Amino acid sequence: MKPPVTHVGVIGWVKGNLFNGTLNSILSIATLYLLWKVVPPLIRWAFIDSVWHTTGKACKPAAGACWSVITENVRFIIFGFYPYDSQWRPLVAMLVLFGLLFYSQNRKHWKKHLVYVWIAGLFTMGLLMKGGLFGLSPVESTKWSGLPLTLLLSVFGLTAAYPLGVILALGRRSKMPGVKWLSVTYIEMIRGVPLISLLFMSAIIFPLFLPEGVTINKILRAQIAIILFTAAYIAEVVRGGLQAISLGQYEAAESMGLNFYQTMRLIILPQALKIVIPPTVSILISAFKDTSLVVIIALWDLLKTTQSVLANPEWMGFSPEAYLFVALLYFAGCFSMSGYSRKLERELSAGEQQ
Amino acid sequence: MKEQERRKMENGQSDNAMVEIIEMHKWFGEFHVLQGIDLNVQKGERIVICGPSGSGKSTLIRCINRLEEHQKGRIIVDGTELTNNIKNIEKIRAEVGMVFQHFNLFPHLTIIDNLTLGPLWVRKVPKAEAEETAMFYLEKVHIAEQARKYPGQLSGGQQQRVAIARSLCMKPKLMLFDEPTSALDPEMIKEVLDVMIELAREGMTMLVVTHEMGFAKSVAHRVLFMDFGQIVEANTPVEFFDNPQHDRTKLFLSQILH
Repeated sequence: MKPPVTHVGVIGWVKGNLFNGTLNSILSIATLYLLWKVVPPLIRWAFIDSVWHTTGKACKPAAGACWSVITENVRFIIFGFYPYDSQWRPLVAMLVLFGLLFYSQNRKHWKKHLVYVWIAGLFTMGLLMKGGLFGLSPVESTKWSGLPLTLLLSVFGLTAAYPLGVILALGRRSKMPGVKWLSVTYIEMIRGVPLISLLFMSAIIFPLFLPEGVTINKILRAQIAIILFTAAYIAEVVRGGLQAISLGQYEAAESMGLNFYQTMRLIILPQALKIVIPPTVSILISAFKDTSLVVIIALWDLLKTTQSVLANPEWMGFSPEAYLFVALLYFAGCFSMSGYSRKLERELSAGEQQ
Repeated sequence: MKEQERRKMENGQSDNAMVEIIEMHKWFGEFHVLQGIDLNVQKGERIVICGPSGSGKSTLIRCINRLEEHQKGRIIVDGTELTNNIKNIEKIRAEVGMVFQHFNLFPHLTIIDNLTLGPLWVRKVPKAEAEETAMFYLEKVHIAEQARKYPGQLSGGQQQRVAIARSLCMKPKLMLFDEPTSALDPEMIKEVLDVMIELAREGMTMLVVTHEMGFAKSVAHRVLFMDFGQIVEANTPVEFFDNPQHDRTKLFLSQILH
């Protein structure tokens, strides 16, 4: 018997998938019309008619996008108030961070030496940002801004919030009433308030309680607020994962004489945390984006430096271009997180399926 | 067993005792699940426990490694009394192997990692030695070629044999079996029982909750019948099956032996 001809080739595919029935044909035509209306003008605006390297004044008459708002201001958008001559330092620090993240993503490197690699990396980054040693001029942390600040807040926020969240989840399931009660109170209180109010508290109320003369760095305070906030959400997700592990796993572990920490570390958490990778990554992604809320306590993160460029009369009115650029950076961050989580899930479930 | 030994055992004074349970009670909330259990298990002795569901037989053996806590009476395992002392509990658990109805292998670890986990972390055995022991016991349960697979890739019978090997890797002094064949398809029961019989021949002390009466006849020194949280009858397999004393035992036997 011959195979049905219509299912072969491009025409066959189009017939089978786009025009199989009246409704589908109408929807296909409508979609094609919309695409024809939107895509070519967009490409025209973004690439053909766009202006890439001029002043704001020269940009005004252009019909297309004025990418000059990015190219002319890129150093301020990325590095903010960091001293112009030293901006290579945050750049190198970010490259070190990307290098560390890239190195850590391979599970083969998840060994003890990774801790030392990170300690060395953190030290290098701190030294580069802060200066004051090896002939690097000191830079006040109030001048840290732009992308390095966003990355600082998110990377440390997320890496510190995760273990804290796991501990809180275990605490909430603890048989010790004190520990359980503390964890429940913490989680419910933090989840009951918006991140903005926590940031305000850290910026305005918290310093009032400190003894005179003692100040804690504003970035650090915001960082702590982000960590505390994110941890509460991670705790609940992890608790869900813990509940999915059958009692038999605990019993099998205990019946060989493993103690509580060994049971958790070797048996329960590896399984529970794997189950909750998708919701955990959702939380991490939204926490990453939420770091932009620090503008309200006058920290100049990536979004704020971009906005301030747009406040300059010369570049006023080019916000679509500027925000597209920022969106692209955020998207790169979020997309690599979700891509990595999918890869991790795939690797961890290899061979395990029932 | 010699008469003298037997008398000693019944008095609960033998130095040869692996497990001594004295007047032990347990409640689940209001439910009095174990009502005054007295039991002595000698080193090398093999006991099969049977009885209707809900009679407390699983709970009894789960008390021996403290997966369940008893509320009254005493349990002494290998000379150590079970109390709230967590160090003692962990010590006893390391000496007592347990095989579960649903295998409870660790699905995220390969077979060999399942086997070496206990020796590595509880006994602090060097890795090479732990793996050697693991392979030895995998050979013994006829499954060495599956060492690098994950539990989910094995059949139920294979998984249960791995679970037995996992317990043996800890070199236990006592093995508890909690209905080891109840969750298996009929054609896989034999392969698991064969491994258990082999183990019995080597002199392992075993407490087995099972309804496999053929197994009880061929390897048990004593068969216990439990009902309503009490040990109703305990006897040698020959006496137990041919000449049951209590009506409840007779009824139970008539139900399971058809």
